[in-house]
Amino acid sequence: MKKIKWVLAAVAVLGMMLCTGCRSGENGEIYVYSYGDYFDQEAIADFEDETGIRVIQDTYDTAEEMYPVIEKGTADYDVIITSDYMIEKMIHHKMLLEVDKKNLPALKNIDSRYMKKSESFDPGNRYSVPYMVGVSGIIYNKKMVGDVKIDSWGDLWNPKFKDSIVMPDSVRDDFMIALRLLGYDQNTSNEKEIKAAAELLKKQKPLVYKYANDSARDLLADGSAAIGVVWNGEYIYTKDLNPDVEFVIPKEGTEFFVDSWAIPKTSKNKANAEKFINYMCKAKVAKKNFDYLYYTTPNEAAMKLIEKKYRKEEAIFPTDETLDMCDTLKTLDTKTTDLYSKYWKEVKAK
Amino acid sequence: MKKFFGNLYIVIIMLFLYLPILTLIVLSFNEAKSMSVFTRFSLKWYGEMFHSKLILGALVNTFSIALLAALIATIIGTMAVIGIDGMKQSTQMVLMGCNNIPMLNADIVTGIALMLSFLMFGISLGYCTILFSHITFCIPYVILSVRPRMNKATDTLFEAALDLGASRGYAFRKVVLPELLPGIASGFLLSFTMSIDDFIITHFTRGAGINTISTLIYSEVKIGIRPSLYALSTVIFLIALVVLLVVNWNNIKNERTAA
Amino acid sequence: MTFSKKWSAPFIVFVIAGTVIPILSIAYYGFTARGGGITLDNITAMFSANHMQALGLSLLLALVSTLVCLIVAFPMAIVLRDSKFGKQGFTIFVLILPMWMNFLLRTMAWQVLLERAGVINGILQALGLPRQEMMNTPGAVVLGMVYDFLPFMILPIYNAVMKIDSHLIEAAYDLGAGKAYMYRKVILPLCVPGIVSGITMVFIPALTTFVISNMLGGGKVNLIGNIIEQEFTVNSNWYLGSGLSLVMMVFIIISMVLLEKFDKTGEGTFI
Repeated sequence: MKKIKWVLAAVAVLGMMLCTGCRSGENGEIYVYSYGDYFDQEAIADFEDETGIRVIQDTYDTAEEMYPVIEKGTADYDVIITSDYMIEKMIHHKMLLEVDKKNLPALKNIDSRYMKKSESFDPGNRYSVPYMVGVSGIIYNKKMVGDVKIDSWGDLWNPKFKDSIVMPDSVRDDFMIALRLLGYDQNTSNEKEIKAAAELLKKQKPLVYKYANDSARDLLADGSAAIGVVWNGEYIYTKDLNPDVEFVIPKEGTEFFVDSWAIPKTSKNKANAEKFINYMCKAKVAKKNFDYLYYTTPNEAAMKLIEKKYRKEEAIFPTDETLDMCDTLKTLDTKTTDLYSKYWKEVKAK
Repeated sequence: MKKFFGNLYIVIIMLFLYLPILTLIVLSFNEAKSMSVFTRFSLKWYGEMFHSKLILGALVNTFSIALLAALIATIIGTMAVIGIDGMKQSTQMVLMGCNNIPMLNADIVTGIALMLSFLMFGISLGYCTILFSHITFCIPYVILSVRPRMNKATDTLFEAALDLGASRGYAFRKVVLPELLPGIASGFLLSFTMSIDDFIITHFTRGAGINTISTLIYSEVKIGIRPSLYALSTVIFLIALVVLLVVNWNNIKNERTAA
Repeated sequence: MTFSKKWSAPFIVFVIAGTVIPILSIAYYGFTARGGGITLDNITAMFSANHMQALGLSLLLALVSTLVCLIVAFPMAIVLRDSKFGKQGFTIFVLILPMWMNFLLRTMAWQVLLERAGVINGILQALGLPRQEMMNTPGAVVLGMVYDFLPFMILPIYNAVMKIDSHLIEAAYDLGAGKAYMYRKVILPLCVPGIVSGITMVFIPALTTFVISNMLGGGKVNLIGNIIEQEFTVNSNWYLGSGLSLVMMVFIIISMVLLEKFDKTGEGTFI
């Protein structure tokens, strides 16, 4: 009997140890979960100074990595940034709170074109506020590719560039490229088409130097790779380091993303979360973040503050025609996800 | 001649172990971002590092978790060795078997298993879950280094002290503890080392806003290696050097006083 | 000893909460189908071509790096015993110090060295030599494994070697043993516990790593650890991930038993 009491006491102490201190302070803090290095830290510091709300940041690398964290309640975040298809999926699974537009006066700064684009995954713009837009394309070193004209995804299969090609390390992005090249829908759930795309990717694998998510820009910048796939936002950064670098949106069309703010159901402080989102929509703050990231900002008011040399760069501010050629990646059902995952493993195993 | 080759071998292996680390240290003072060209001496990456809340937070978390985990694991492990001694042989076998599991199991399995059980019981992941997990995988190392010290001789000495009129507590403090102390010390050091070195278990059991050095580097390296990470390496190396030297110096001093 | 058993209560709590329950929960997920219900599919999934290939590659790379570690570590331990390199405490200190540099920093160091525009190629270029391709190959992954896990091999063997009584060695020589014979019949058998512990300390982490293959393999070296990690972080199929992890536990047990047998019958195979 005595023994049992001892064990129980120990369990109780342990339980207390786990509960206290795990989440200290429910007031004056917000937990932000975003892609890595996704805003100017100065902007965050300014927000903290201005409002007295402490911002605790955590980052993830892919939206797929973020989803189970929110879904299983692994950790409770107040604000997340994530991509279009993931917003759609989270709305579908009722994992987001509606944002109260009354609390977001700065929302008027957002370009109506992008608000409209957002409606494809968030009808009525009820749950999300666009933060950054990106268009995927080919980045290449014009000295290293020589006289090959780069304008198609097929150029990534050119044996001339063997061991100088950097591909994304992400199932959907790689399949998008192969599917587009084959003339299929980038969101297909047809196994035949997925299989054909996988075959194409397998054929490419011996040519690839590295599968990497974001480090393609570094490899292009230091001349280690000749050609790679990056988001348009990486272009200015890379060109600053290496003036030989060019960016092109392939003629087969491409994917684009809208990364938006959203408030997950697990949020413990919605008011602060909205204050934060509103702050990020302010023209000056959005400009600061643009100067940090060089991604397409959907913030019209900020655009007026941005330097002219960037504003006229079509890679960063794509024309309406380019935008028409682009499509977002849509959420797939479990069965199709498993299909992609299976064929991706085949590509990786080869 | 033989000696020469022997020493040469040691030097080569030491170079293999330390040159990569020294490379990082040298590059941390490089003004350029380049990995291959040293342009000019600069401390700017240290500035960047000490201004990064993420890096500083990770540094504090790593060392506080390692210290707490090693401390708690050492206490629990030592208590366990004392308690287990009085148990039946078969119970001891079972407990020692369970004790070995976290040590022999692959980190990825341990990490996933811990994460799944935290979530099944609705415990949100964070500092405490990392700490708990680290204690779990540190205890076996403590037990393995303390247990060999708990032998017949310790037993007899303890009984003798009691016979001579010492109270149980006094006898424990004066007889048993000094016997166990070297084992406890090496168990603590081993636990601390394992905790600092861990990435995989932390990766699976961490939650919002919590980064240790290893999880931070893992997500940063995917984006691209930044020289502020070299600066971080240098700082950690210096911390390790100083702490281990202090520990070692104490050892040497102890050896001297013991002799 | 007359101490009460209750001293080990906190330990027992940790064994239950930190070892038994977690293993039960991984087993629960491993035997549960994604849609609910009991299934063996997550376990048998290991035998699908993709997973078997990854497992085969993992076994091969782990084996190679364990062997390399052993070949490097054993002479190192012997030499350290004979040399005046320093006190035992100092040697252990020198070997533990790199471990305090977190294992990710150590792996990153190799990335910096081996990259196409990395340190080694920079030096080669300065010397007017051609650039070498080293990154994103299985070789780079093995190198990373050897570097990261070498201290785990040297330390146990060194400890075993240091415990050998020099009188035993002298006695062997006095009785007319040759050098090779002495090493085979005296030193090696006494090192076996250290060697076995070193092998398990290197082989199992090498078999299941996903970090080293990610950082030095460029996404082209796909190990079983990568697949399991992907199931949790990317595909969010925790059931399959748990099933595969359970299979890995079996592999770990099998390798332990094999090693146990191997060193009883196979004395001296390594020299």
